[in-house]
Amino acid sequence: MTDTAVFIFIGLIAGPLLGGLVSGLDRIVTARLQSRIGPPLWQPFYDVVKLWGKEKTVVNVWQAFCAYCYVAATSIALVLFFLKSDLLLILFTQAVGAVFLVVGALASTSPFSQVGAHRELLQILSYEPLLVFVAVGIYLETGSFKIAGLDTWNEPLLMKLPFLFVVLGYALTIKLRKSPFDLSTSHHAHQELVKGLLTDYSGPFLALTEIGHWYETVLMLGFCSLFWANNWIAMMVLILTTYFLEVLIDNVSARMNWRWMLGYVWAMGLTLSVVNLIWLYVG
Amino acid sequence: MFKKLIQKARVKSPWLLHYDCSSCNGCDIEVLACLTPVYDIERFGIINVGNPMHADILLVTGTVNYRSRKVLLNLFNQMPDPKLVVAIGTCALSGGIFREAYNVIGGVDKVIAVDVYVTGCPAKPEAIIDGVTLGLNRFTQRKEGKKAHAR
Repeated sequence: MTDTAVFIFIGLIAGPLLGGLVSGLDRIVTARLQSRIGPPLWQPFYDVVKLWGKEKTVVNVWQAFCAYCYVAATSIALVLFFLKSDLLLILFTQAVGAVFLVVGALASTSPFSQVGAHRELLQILSYEPLLVFVAVGIYLETGSFKIAGLDTWNEPLLMKLPFLFVVLGYALTIKLRKSPFDLSTSHHAHQELVKGLLTDYSGPFLALTEIGHWYETVLMLGFCSLFWANNWIAMMVLILTTYFLEVLIDNVSARMNWRWMLGYVWAMGLTLSVVNLIWLYVG
Repeated sequence: MFKKLIQKARVKSPWLLHYDCSSCNGCDIEVLACLTPVYDIERFGIINVGNPMHADILLVTGTVNYRSRKVLLNLFNQMPDPKLVVAIGTCALSGGIFREAYNVIGGVDKVIAVDVYVTGCPAKPEAIIDGVTLGLNRFTQRKEGKKAHAR
């Protein structure tokens, strides 16, 4: 019982803390790749605290409600992850959060917000099947959707599911809002949609969406860690390498349109998934 | 304590909104130059946002005329408090060489209250960065609850 409480506590704290640090590191590495110095490591925390202290303005009350629901759903998903719960349950909880963010954006009449929300829906449509395939792959290998047995699994999953790890990489790139998939909104300054999905979230509610995004980031990196769960050092190396590759891809690629995203991600992702699943089944 | 933290965060993370009233683009190029690796204002946590609802500081360049006045007021009113206004370049300060023109109202301070004036034609990137950091002190000086206002 106390163990459960401790894990819930760790899940709630780890999300914002690790997520913020990852985001700070991301900004520094990005700046270095562009031969700039970049902001301090704590910058994302300053941003969120500042936004928290700003005036509350909402276009529509539902937007505030949706921002709270987004944080609630993503934090519950991460807590479930730390409790080593069911993979499918975690995925669906996280999807509920993602949809609430879209509903909040649709609650405003701003065209930027509307178009951003529609693009975000297409992004969700692109990566959700891939995440389910990853879960199915883990099930076929271990015989369970539970995460609980993975840290003592005799062989790292990466050896058996290498293609599914690449597929998870696609989902990760979309989820972290990295180029070439940062259609709905992006961390970078200007774009044709102003700030897309997040245009009409402002002040404390923008801070909430940022915290929710941190929870999601940690959750997605958590999924990556499952692929080498029996060795701490290898797990850390795997996560850091993956994240560095994400930042690199973000910096070397341009934003593409949604047609390309949907076609490319489904064609590559579904093919790689099916190949890997057949390999597992036959092998 | 939390108030102090928020105040510190405000100084550490000012997000800029840049509006060109009707400038010759000289000052605008200098504003954008601040974002380049040479000046790299992201060192100070400054981000150039395109959305007034996310911005803390409004950078205005160029003279205000009867058309851009409405846009300027609209942008200013959309920014949530606390906010600052920095006028950049001679035109934004007083109307510059265009001040006598029939369609020109004058400087930015004819429309909204300006916190920092940055001189120059065009203003140097160093001067702009200096002006913004000078303006940040206003965040710590301004009393809680006191709002910036339009004229």
